[in-house]
Amino acid sequence: MHKFLIHKKGDHVGVATSNIEAGEKVIGVFMDDDSTIEVTSRAAIPLGHKVAIADVAPQGHVIEYGLPIGYTPEGLKVGDYVHTHNLKTLRW
Amino acid sequence: MRPLFGYRRENGKVGVRNYVVVLPVDDISNAACEAVARNIQGVMALPHSYGRLQYGKDLDLHFRTMIGTGSNPNVAACIVIGIEPNWTKIVADGIAKTGKPVASFSIEGYGDLEIIRQASWKAKEFVQWASELQREPIELKDLTVSIKCGESDTTTGLGSCPTVARAVDRLVDAGATVIFGETSELTGGEHLIADRCATPELRQKFMAMYDDYIAEIKSQGVDLLGSQPTQGNIAGGLSTIEEKALGNIEKTGTKPIIGVLEPAETPQNGPGLYFMDTSSAAAECITLMGAAGAVVHFFPTGQGNIIGNPIVPVIKLSANPKTVASMKEHIDVDCSGLLSREINLTQAGDMLMDYMCRVVNGRMTAAEALGHKEFVMTKLYRSA
Repeated sequence: MHKFLIHKKGDHVGVATSNIEAGEKVIGVFMDDDSTIEVTSRAAIPLGHKVAIADVAPQGHVIEYGLPIGYTPEGLKVGDYVHTHNLKTLRW
Repeated sequence: MRPLFGYRRENGKVGVRNYVVVLPVDDISNAACEAVARNIQGVMALPHSYGRLQYGKDLDLHFRTMIGTGSNPNVAACIVIGIEPNWTKIVADGIAKTGKPVASFSIEGYGDLEIIRQASWKAKEFVQWASELQREPIELKDLTVSIKCGESDTTTGLGSCPTVARAVDRLVDAGATVIFGETSELTGGEHLIADRCATPELRQKFMAMYDDYIAEIKSQGVDLLGSQPTQGNIAGGLSTIEEKALGNIEKTGTKPIIGVLEPAETPQNGPGLYFMDTSSAAAECITLMGAAGAVVHFFPTGQGNIIGNPIVPVIKLSANPKTVASMKEHIDVDCSGLLSREINLTQAGDMLMDYMCRVVNGRMTAAEALGHKEFVMTKLYRSA
């Protein structure tokens, strides 16, 4: 059973559809082609919050919906909990 | 699809509710309007906070919102009460252009009690007349539907907004009119909206409205960190305005944008999808859309916004399994099955369309049953 969904192939993050525990190995489904991916979460991630499914370099743009949703000052590793602490707007 | 029934008004527009409203032109006429509504059963007052010493574009918007609200096809007849006769007449004459019954009263020189007496007699006449109006067969193309989401979270972009998108595309294909807005909340995806404008002129008009709104925010010497996304959005997992906007834009579907409207402006380019320059605050936004003629509203929510409107039935849907359980009295359509993948988007879109048809035919929405009547004027700047 999947525990997160990803909008598009190429996105850097998925959204938890159940609470995910730290260290849990979880399956995500890509909504555009129904393919799956497995990641091990590096932190607890509540329902509705994001998990990184790709490494992103410091200062790199973070992609969701196939588009930038901000940048990550310190970078992301697969399995990271992604939220306001490591993802910042490019707009204000 | 089930057959639809609505109220065809004097000007050919179709409503799905049959209200007799008492509309105050200004804040100080609220008390008289509310007294009339207490005197006569089935009459609804629409109190609000403004209407004195406004000027320029702000006054134009006030009149447009007042006239548009009284003209909404969900309103069968309207009584207008203001403190003085001139502005009262402007509002009443604007509504009377629809051909619906309108009566107006001004309080100066008479006092509340005399005006309440006169307006109550008229309200009784209007409500008894309206109570005999019958629904008749209508079609989807007769409807104007507005859309706006609130207390969004990541489930909105995953589930409830794409569900609305399915319904929007079907409505537009059927010849209906659909309005979306929330100017500042397009930030990060404004280019997606610009690219869907049907002509270069519309694109230019949209981008000018967007740039003006952002410039207005910046002119306050602040940014929207802490406001956009809201604290509720962040608690629900949204991290940035771009992420919120991309989820928000999901609900607009795939059709071209054939009109770009001022706040509360009535769509004039025929059926299709329109953008309206609005605040993203739910009550202000839906009040403007109702004034533009929307008769039903789709409201996707994640964390559980509880908004309603006095004249426009607001249909709430959520894909967040926590919200549909903990705030179930507010949710009309549960599409949380999208997150668990027990249902697909086509099924969710069908569910929403069917629910909308029931609401068109008279089913009360959760917000209607719970008495949510948020009617909030948009104020562009302080009064003189």
